[in-house]
Amino acid sequence: MTALSVSSPRSIAWPAILKEAAITAFVALLLTVPLVGLRTVDRPTGLGLETRWAEVAAAVGLVFLGRLGLCLIRDGQPTVVLVLAAAATAAGFLIQMPTEALRVILIAGGAIIAIRAAIAIRTGRSKLSQAERDQRMDRIAAKVQHASRWLGPIAVVVALAFPMTPLADRQLLDIGILLLTYIMLGWGLNIVVGLAGLLDLGYVAFYAVGAYSYALLAHYFGLSFWVCLPLAGLLAAGSGVLLGFPVLRLRGDYFAIVTLGFGEIIRIILVNWYQFTGGPNGISGIPRPSFFGVADFVRSPPEGTLAFHEMFGLEFSPLHRIVFLYYLILVLALVVNVFTLRIRKLPLGRAWEALREDDIACASLGINRTNMKLAAFAIAAMFGGFAGSFFATRQGFISPESFTFIESAIILAIVVLGGMGSQIGVVVATLLVIGLPEAFRELADYRMLAFGMGMVLIMLWRPRGLLAHRDPTILLYGRNGKGAGGAAAGTAAAGGQGIAGGRAK
Amino acid sequence: MLKVSGVHTFYGAIEALKGVDIEIASGEIVSLIGANGAGKSTLLMTICGNPRARMGRVLFEGEDITGLPTYEIVRRGIAQSPEGRRIFPRMSVLENLQMGSITAKPGSFANELERVLTLFPRLKERIGQRAGTMSGGEQQMLAIGRALMSQPRLLLLDEPSLGLAPLVVKQIFQAVKDINREQKMTVFMVEQNAFHALKLAHRGYVMVNGKVTMSGTGAELLANEEVRTAYLEGGH
Ligand SMILES: Nc1ncnc2c1ncn2[C@@H]1O[C@H](COP(=O)(O)OP(=O)(O)O)[C@@H](O)[C@H]1O
Ligand SMILES: [Mg+2]
Repeated sequence: MTALSVSSPRSIAWPAILKEAAITAFVALLLTVPLVGLRTVDRPTGLGLETRWAEVAAAVGLVFLGRLGLCLIRDGQPTVVLVLAAAATAAGFLIQMPTEALRVILIAGGAIIAIRAAIAIRTGRSKLSQAERDQRMDRIAAKVQHASRWLGPIAVVVALAFPMTPLADRQLLDIGILLLTYIMLGWGLNIVVGLAGLLDLGYVAFYAVGAYSYALLAHYFGLSFWVCLPLAGLLAAGSGVLLGFPVLRLRGDYFAIVTLGFGEIIRIILVNWYQFTGGPNGISGIPRPSFFGVADFVRSPPEGTLAFHEMFGLEFSPLHRIVFLYYLILVLALVVNVFTLRIRKLPLGRAWEALREDDIACASLGINRTNMKLAAFAIAAMFGGFAGSFFATRQGFISPESFTFIESAIILAIVVLGGMGSQIGVVVATLLVIGLPEAFRELADYRMLAFGMGMVLIMLWRPRGLLAHRDPTILLYGRNGKGAGGAAAGTAAAGGQGIAGGRAK
Repeated sequence: MLKVSGVHTFYGAIEALKGVDIEIASGEIVSLIGANGAGKSTLLMTICGNPRARMGRVLFEGEDITGLPTYEIVRRGIAQSPEGRRIFPRMSVLENLQMGSITAKPGSFANELERVLTLFPRLKERIGQRAGTMSGGEQQMLAIGRALMSQPRLLLLDEPSLGLAPLVVKQIFQAVKDINREQKMTVFMVEQNAFHALKLAHRGYVMVNGKVTMSGTGAELLANEEVRTAYLEGGH
C-alpha cells in the first residue's frame, strides 16, 4: 500500500508509466463516452442524441496527463510535476475549455496533483498510508477542535457582523439564512445521532411538524409567530415522544427503518389530509414575523401601529426583514449549540454519550435507557420544530414537498460527514454540503454529481467523518498535557461536584 | 443478602438456566466456576433483570427484585462489571468513573473517586486518557472501579481475568480481596480461572449446563477430585 519510493534520482520507466497512464485514460474514455459524450435532447421530432466528442477528448486528455503526473511523483520527479501541475491550474483560469465543468476539473485536478507533489517533496514519499493519513487528519481534527475554543466566538462575531457589512446583499443574506437553518438542523440532529447514537432517518418529520404547527395555528387561530414558536417546539417534542415510545425498544437498523417510516407517514398525512393541511397545495400566506410583536416590517403600517423603520427612524428597506430573519435563525442555532455544549457536561448528556458507546454497559450502571433516549429524541425534535416554524415564517408558504426524505438525508449527511458529535464538524459539513452547491450553481447539472463525488471522497478518506475527534469534556491537565497527579485529583473532584450539582434536573 | 431460588432463564426457546439456587451472605466472596456456555454470565445478567427469569425468584436483602427493570435493581445496590469489561472506549477514564456514579448518592463522587484511585493507582496515572487506548488489565481495573463508583453493597464480577496476563490477573484478584476486606464488600464472581477464583473465595459453586452441580467452601472445591479433573488440570 505504502509506496516507499524515495525521491532519490532513479531512471524513469517511461514505457511502464505511459502504459499505466494510457490504461487510466482508457477507463476514463469508457466512463465519459456514455456520461459526457452522449446527451439526449428534446427535438420537435422526438428525443434525439447529441454528441460531444470534444469534451470527451478533453476529459480523457486531462486524465492521461493527471495520471502521468502521479506516476512521475511516484518515480521521484515531484519538483517537475509540482511546477507543471501548478501551471496547469493557472492555465485553467486562463484558457478556454469546452465546458465550465472541465475547467473546474482542470483547476481542481491540477491543484490536487500539485499538493501531492508538494507533500512528496517534503516527506520524500509519494503517498501516505491510510493509517498515516488518518493520524494526520486526526491531528488536524484535534487542532480544529481545540481551535474552536477561540474560532467559535470569532465565527459568531463574524456571523453577527456580516449583515452590517456592505457585502450583505439580498442573495448572500438568503444563502446565510439557508446555511444557518441547516446548521441548526444539523446541531439538532447531532443530539440524537452524534450524542445518543440513535440513527434517526426521519428527522425532517419534526421539522415538518414545527412548520405546519405554526402555519396552521396562524391560519386557524391567527396566532403570531412569537406565540407559535414555543408551541411548535412543544408539539414537535410531543410528536418525538409519541414516536419514541414504541420505537426506542428497537435497535440499530430496525430503529433507523422505523424512523424513516415515521418521516414518510407525517408527509403522507400532510398530503392527504386535504381539508386541514391544504394537501399538496400547501399553505400560503403564512404571516411574516414581526419585530418581537411590537412592529412590523412593512412600508406603510395600518393605522395606529408602528413599522420597524419608523420605530428606529430608518429609511424603509425590504432588507430589514431579511436581516431580522438572519439574526433570528442565528440566535436559534446558537441556542441549540450552547445547549448541546452545556448538556454534554451534565449527567444527561454524559449518559447519552455512554449510550452511544455501549448500551449494555449503561444498563448495568443503572441508567434508564428508555428515558434517556426519549429525552434525546424529544429535545432534538423540539429544536427541529423551532427550525420548522422559522422555515414557515421565512418562506410564507409551505407544502409537503419541502419535507421529503431527501431533506432528512441531507441533514444526516451533514452530521455524519462532519464527524458524529462534532459541533464544528456540522458547520464545516454544512458549508460543504449546502454551501458548495450554492456556490457552484453555474455548474447546474454537474452539481449533484460533484456532491456525490464529494461524499464518496470523504467516505474514502475520512470514514469516521471530517472532524471526528472527541475531547474529554473535563480537561485535567490544561492544554499542554502536563500536570501533577495531586492537581488531577483536585480537578476531578471539582468535576464530580459539577456532575452532582447537575443532577438536580 | 442475595438469594436466587429455582431460577429458569430462557433465550427464546433455549433454556440457559435450568433451576439455579444460590445464596450469598453479606461480606462473602463467592465464586462461580464452570465451562464456557454453562450459563454463568446469564445468571449474573438475570440477577440484574436482563434477561428476566421466567421462573423462580431473586431476593436481594429480603426484597423480591425478580421483575424489576435493570435500573431499579442497580439503584438498590447491585453493581456489575460485565463480561468483556464494556468500558466506554472513547471516554476518558474519569468520565467512565463518573458514569459509574450516576446512580450514587449526590456528593459522594469525590470520596468514591479517591477510594477507587487508591485501590487502582494505575487509573490515577491514566485519569485523562481515553479508556479504549488502555491495556486490557487497566481496562479491567476501570470496569471494576466504575462498578464500585455506584457504592454498591453487592459487586458482581463477570470473568475479570479474561484475556489478561498472569501477573495482571494476580493484581486484579488482590484488588478484589482488598475491596472485600476493607470495604466489607460482598462479591459474587464468575470465573473460568478456577484455581485463583476458588483460592480467593470463601465459598464456591460449580455450574454445568445451566445447573449448579456442586457447592462448598473454596478449599473444599479446590480439593475435590471432580473439580480438579474438570477445571484445574486440563486448561488451567
Ligand atoms: N443473547 C443470547 N441469545 C441466545 N442465547 C444466548 C445468549 N447469550 C447466551 N446464550 C446461550 O446461553 C448459554 C449460556 O451462555 P453464557 O451465560 O454466556 O455462558 P457462560 O458465561 O457460562 O460462558 C449458551 O449456550 C449461550 O449460547
Ligand atoms: Mg460468560
